[in-house]
Amino acid sequence: MRSTEDLKKIASQVRRDIIRMVALAKSGHPGGSMSSADFMTALYFGVMDQDPATWTREGTGQDTFILSAGHLTPMYYSILSRAGYFPVSELASFRKFGTRLQGHPSVRKGLPGVFQAAGSLGQGLSVAVGMALGKKSVKDNHTVYALCGDGESEEGQIWEAAMFAAHHKVDNLVAMTDVNGQQIDGTTESVAGLGDLAEKWQAFGWETISADGHDMDKILEAFAKAKELGGKGKPVMILFTTEMGHGVDFMAGTHKWHGSVPNDDQCKVALGQLPETLGDF
Amino acid sequence: MKKYTDRGKKDTRGGFGEGLYLAGKADPKVVALTADLKGSLKMDAFAAEFPDRYFECGIAEANMIGTAAGMALTGLVPFAGSFAEFVTGRVYDQIRMEVCYGKANVKIASSHAGITLGEDGATHQTMEDIALMRALPDMVVINPCDWTQTKNATIAAAKYDGPVYLRFGRPKVADFMPDEPFEIGKAYVLNEGKDVTIVSTGHMVWEALKAAETLEAEGICAEVIDIATIKPLDKATVIASTIKTGAVVVAEEHNMAGGLGELVAGVLASTSPKPIEFVNGRDTFGQSGTPSELLAAYGIDANGIAEAARKVIERK
Repeated sequence: MRSTEDLKKIASQVRRDIIRMVALAKSGHPGGSMSSADFMTALYFGVMDQDPATWTREGTGQDTFILSAGHLTPMYYSILSRAGYFPVSELASFRKFGTRLQGHPSVRKGLPGVFQAAGSLGQGLSVAVGMALGKKSVKDNHTVYALCGDGESEEGQIWEAAMFAAHHKVDNLVAMTDVNGQQIDGTTESVAGLGDLAEKWQAFGWETISADGHDMDKILEAFAKAKELGGKGKPVMILFTTEMGHGVDFMAGTHKWHGSVPNDDQCKVALGQLPETLGDF
Repeated sequence: MKKYTDRGKKDTRGGFGEGLYLAGKADPKVVALTADLKGSLKMDAFAAEFPDRYFECGIAEANMIGTAAGMALTGLVPFAGSFAEFVTGRVYDQIRMEVCYGKANVKIASSHAGITLGEDGATHQTMEDIALMRALPDMVVINPCDWTQTKNATIAAAKYDGPVYLRFGRPKVADFMPDEPFEIGKAYVLNEGKDVTIVSTGHMVWEALKAAETLEAEGICAEVIDIATIKPLDKATVIASTIKTGAVVVAEEHNMAGGLGELVAGVLASTSPKPIEFVNGRDTFGQSGTPSELLAAYGIDANGIAEAARKVIERK
């Protein structure tokens, strides 16, 4: 088990990777990648029972993770490479022709660690539910994790999956929502009146946990609580309250950095605020 | 011509139900999902025998497809079923990303396809599903012609590793095919002829055989081919037959756009073009009525096929 300080160091490097990947690619989605970086770092480096050396797409004998908000690839690829699924140097190929690091996750390029394609929103939670039922079916006593965006929760299929998972008592599933309150056209409230997600998930029959998604201790507590709630007949949703673009002052708290890329000068400023802890790619 | 005996009218969806049950018996990894249409898709026997492997998804088709894809990732072999419109048009994006692009071993079980769904009318009658599923990279598209072939195609689909669109129908139709293992990608030549090739699929295969009998009485010898697998198409069999006969009729319970007719026309145009006529829907929706009323009204039946054959022979 890594210390909180170690996890923070990894998360700082993940944010540096995110900035440098989208800058090199001149495209990509840094905002949500940075809001989800802390709890996703905790998940891969401090929570999941996973091992790149024995990884298979079937995921048998390991905890698995399904990314539903597929545009969060900068964060996802950085964490997978830092966890040892593929060389960190490959992050430089993000979104470039011929890369295994497609703009949105693909299973057609042989990138280890990726279980399923994502990008068209609202679908990954269903896949995670199916994978969790599959694990039960093959008597694999492991947990399936999934990450959705709060904006993504405007998709109707999310709530189809919510109702189905509760009805079928899919209790080896821990879903997470990155509640950064922002989406492309503005805040989630102004765009769609998203409302109280905790109440909604509870009404759909899920256990919910709410936590500060940038406080590493609180994040680990939330995952520990999710583990305790596992196997008790209900799926679990962790609502991580976060800030879009978190970690760089001029990118934080605004929808404008959902899918925009910093220029050279902005890059320098951003990287100046994010300590290099593991060595840049 | 070769005689085919109707052993009694049975629905192709019943053949699916039987095939699913047998596939489930043979392989414990076979699971079934439906969106509140267990009875309509004849999944009752499977659900009763394997309750732990049967998943009622409620009226939520999008989640059903995604859930099936997730199950497939763990090594299960899911059959996800509903009416043809609701497992294609309604969930095209889910099938595209999670099943085809996402390389998941999911079988889409598509019942009540075409206008022979009947009285429910156009909202439930898809004439576009083959076009949608054909367009997807890696998707295998199977449209068997009777109860027996649907049963065997279902068993074959379970054994095949990859996405399959399995299309069948609601009404009771002739059951005449031999009970033999189904070969994915094979066109079945049901009658050999020399004057015209009738390329048919699904419910139209029996209609094609009836048309061939009518034509025989007029001195026309029609070759009848059952295209049970629309994708990948058995091009060699179609091309060889049309070179022999010099004229083609394509019959399907589907619209022209993206259907078997356009597919065959495209193959022949780039290899050995021949006069071709189509028996199908033309940019149309269906309507309420009995299956036979509707087929007659849209000209998609034995009479339409015979008429198209006479016409295409004149164009030789």
